[in-house]
Amino acid sequence: MTRRVPWTLLVALTLLVVPFLGSRFYTFVATDIVILALFATSLNLLLGFTGLVTFGHAAYFGIGAYTCALLMKELGVPFLLAWLAGGAMAAFFAAVFGFFCVRLTKIYFAMLTLAFAQIVWAVCFKWNDVTGGEQGLPNVPYPDLEWMDAVPLLADFRVGDKFFFVALVLVACCFAALRRIVDSPFGRILTVIRDNPERAQFIGINVRLYELAAFVVAGFFAGLSGALFGIFNRGVFPDFAYWTKSAEPLIMTLLGGMGHFWGPAVGAAALIILNQQITSYTEYWPFVLGLVLMILLFAFPGGIVGTLAGARWRLRRRPVTLPKPASDPVSRNA
Amino acid sequence: MLELSGLRKSFGGFGAVNGVSLSVERGRIAAVIGPNGAGKSTLFNLITGHLKPTEGRVVLRGEDITGAPPHRICRMGMGRSFQRTNIFPLLTVFENVQAALIAHRGHGRNFWARSARLYREETEELLASLGLLDKADVKAGELSHGNQKQVELGIALAGDPDILLLDEPTAGMSATETRETIALLKRIAEMRGLTLLFTEHDMEVVFSIAERIAVLHQGRIIAEGTPEAVQRDPEVRRVYLGERH
Amino acid sequence: MEPSFLFGQFLGGLTAAMFLFLIASGLSLIFGVLRVLNFAHGSFYMLGAYLAWQIVRWVGPEGEGFWLAALGAALGVAILGAAIERLLLRHLYRREELYQLLFTYALVLVLADVAKVTWGTGQLSVSRPPSLSGSLQLLGITVPHYNLFIILLGPTIALVFWLLLQRTAIGRVVRAAALDREMLSALGANVGWIYTGMFFVGSFLAGLGGALVTPTQSIVPGMDVAVIVDAFIVVVIGGLGSFWGTFLGALIFGQVLAFGILVFPGFSIFAVSALMATILVVRPWGLLGRPIR
Repeated sequence: MTRRVPWTLLVALTLLVVPFLGSRFYTFVATDIVILALFATSLNLLLGFTGLVTFGHAAYFGIGAYTCALLMKELGVPFLLAWLAGGAMAAFFAAVFGFFCVRLTKIYFAMLTLAFAQIVWAVCFKWNDVTGGEQGLPNVPYPDLEWMDAVPLLADFRVGDKFFFVALVLVACCFAALRRIVDSPFGRILTVIRDNPERAQFIGINVRLYELAAFVVAGFFAGLSGALFGIFNRGVFPDFAYWTKSAEPLIMTLLGGMGHFWGPAVGAAALIILNQQITSYTEYWPFVLGLVLMILLFAFPGGIVGTLAGARWRLRRRPVTLPKPASDPVSRNA
Repeated sequence: MLELSGLRKSFGGFGAVNGVSLSVERGRIAAVIGPNGAGKSTLFNLITGHLKPTEGRVVLRGEDITGAPPHRICRMGMGRSFQRTNIFPLLTVFENVQAALIAHRGHGRNFWARSARLYREETEELLASLGLLDKADVKAGELSHGNQKQVELGIALAGDPDILLLDEPTAGMSATETRETIALLKRIAEMRGLTLLFTEHDMEVVFSIAERIAVLHQGRIIAEGTPEAVQRDPEVRRVYLGERH
Repeated sequence: MEPSFLFGQFLGGLTAAMFLFLIASGLSLIFGVLRVLNFAHGSFYMLGAYLAWQIVRWVGPEGEGFWLAALGAALGVAILGAAIERLLLRHLYRREELYQLLFTYALVLVLADVAKVTWGTGQLSVSRPPSLSGSLQLLGITVPHYNLFIILLGPTIALVFWLLLQRTAIGRVVRAAALDREMLSALGANVGWIYTGMFFVGSFLAGLGGALVTPTQSIVPGMDVAVIVDAFIVVVIGGLGSFWGTFLGALIFGQVLAFGILVFPGFSIFAVSALMATILVVRPWGLLGRPIR
């Protein structure tokens, strides 16, 4: 085995440098990427590692965002506590909704996740007294970051930059935890379920229970990313839970490559940077995104990471393993 | 070891299994044979919890397991293989067997340990006994059909079963592979004191290792006994050789 | 509460239901045969509306040009749908379902912008055709002729399709496919053209729905993503792939919309999602559907 490049560390260090560039815009984009990378990676725990297609992941993103924002804005709860509460609340709802969802398979599972997400959206949209209804909750406060003034180096940064550091560190912790979970025996069982859920039962796995556990963990991290996003966005809106928001992490994951742990993060970065580039030329970003998505689906189904990994294999003249058609041993008519 | 009584399963009026009673003693190697569509696979699916019986009971080591979910039945020491090879094709051979060990030891709830080296020695030992060690890092789906069947056997054995249900263990194998597999099965069953219940269409295989044979026809057992007795049975001859009365 | 008010709500719900039925039945047909959940179905509906507006502009709003517009729009959308199936979607059938779903989502994005470029972002409206511009008094409320026409059109189309499904050779194949996809090839049917045909018919219904809705609603960007979820809900309530189920689902959806408002404003939007969730939990294959294989 050749020496491994510590990519993770390199990327983290590079990101730390961003605020030092002094551009408000760069920091803004970097924060966006970091937070949504977590959202997409949480989805990939279901999609890429457990084999569950969900249309309703935005529900947990939204619940996390609203919970954290309400706690901070209305009750003055300290940021870190409110953030964790956002994740916990999302996990709680993921447990309740997931309990019903994992009893279904395939398209029915996906539709039920969508139905629950639409319920969440409807509640956010109409419960004016608490969620602010259609207008959402504007002016979510930044966390108290004055303690950073005591830190050398950091004291002179704008609040947006300071928040970026906070988000970066918190998201890094989440990524470390997710990586750990994916590499754990629990994670192995999830991949077993993805590969062949029917067979998994016959090695003694309670498939539904594990799927539910994955659903809750994914909901938890989606909630954490939503909570951060609400603060970053300076406001929380019903759109956070709308079905088109659920499509976002799906696209990021596919763009980056759902077969890889870092795929969704790469996809998030690529999508957000592309978005920034395109929107400076034209307002028709969705059109471009749609085309990109189609090219991806037809030509590069492995996503960015999958394609690069494939290219590297070929360069090294190892036997090329072609991506096989989706094996579906349970067969549609089982 | 395994006791079936009055097992019945009908799909919308059509009785696939019509009242099967059968008992398999500990340590026995027993075969269920019968023409295509006799209900063999359905019977196996009833025993392993894949299907719920319409009527009747399945008792494993004195415990009623009728209608219990597959994962629980598996945890009680019943392993199985499938007629159509059923493994984890995108995982490596090592991971296939290792996952079965993790699941069996109830270690899957641990989401903080590292899984990469978990149960390494045991997994490799098991792979070695199946002659698969040199293929440990190959994706299981890329193996030959015969090797995949062996992987499936490895998955079943990793669960440390007392009783193993094999649905056509040599289906699609070459003559050599079949012979090897039979020898392997016999060796493993002896070594581990396994009870073996299998279906098979290759009569040579059946008569070479089975100690008891049950003949299934149209969802009913029409004969049961030692290979010699079954071979002599007029009813069996009629079904198999098409002798009409 | 005034009985006439209740009756008005009921008729309103019925009209909404018939529009939804037109859209959702196409979605259901496509799902039943192809097992593809077509997110772009809402976009086809939107295109039907814009195309109808365009054709009315060409032929002039006077006279009965509206009917020509409606038919033309539906046909245009149908051809587009069939072409997309034949040229693009076809190549994704061997892939996982997720790829097909995301492809249809990519279509949503592309078509939405195509519509924006072509027709702008303002509200457009089409007036009712002169032959149906009147209204009549019914149990104390005023009912536009056009709404009555829609209420009658829904069951008519349902009946026509049902007869086609029951009585024709193609209908038999389609029904078989909805029950068991593998039976299709067993029947020796030319699967490729049946898929394209289903997309043609399904898209036609979406386009027709979009065109016919224009005299009652203004055409706006965003009507595509809003309607698709409603159509999903209708199809799920009735049963994915079940034709009469979709009809029933649309009726229920329409009435929940109409009377939900009596519980409290905003209740309907919540109630329909909750209804969909409940159905999926209790009876995933819907009220009239069968567990699909």
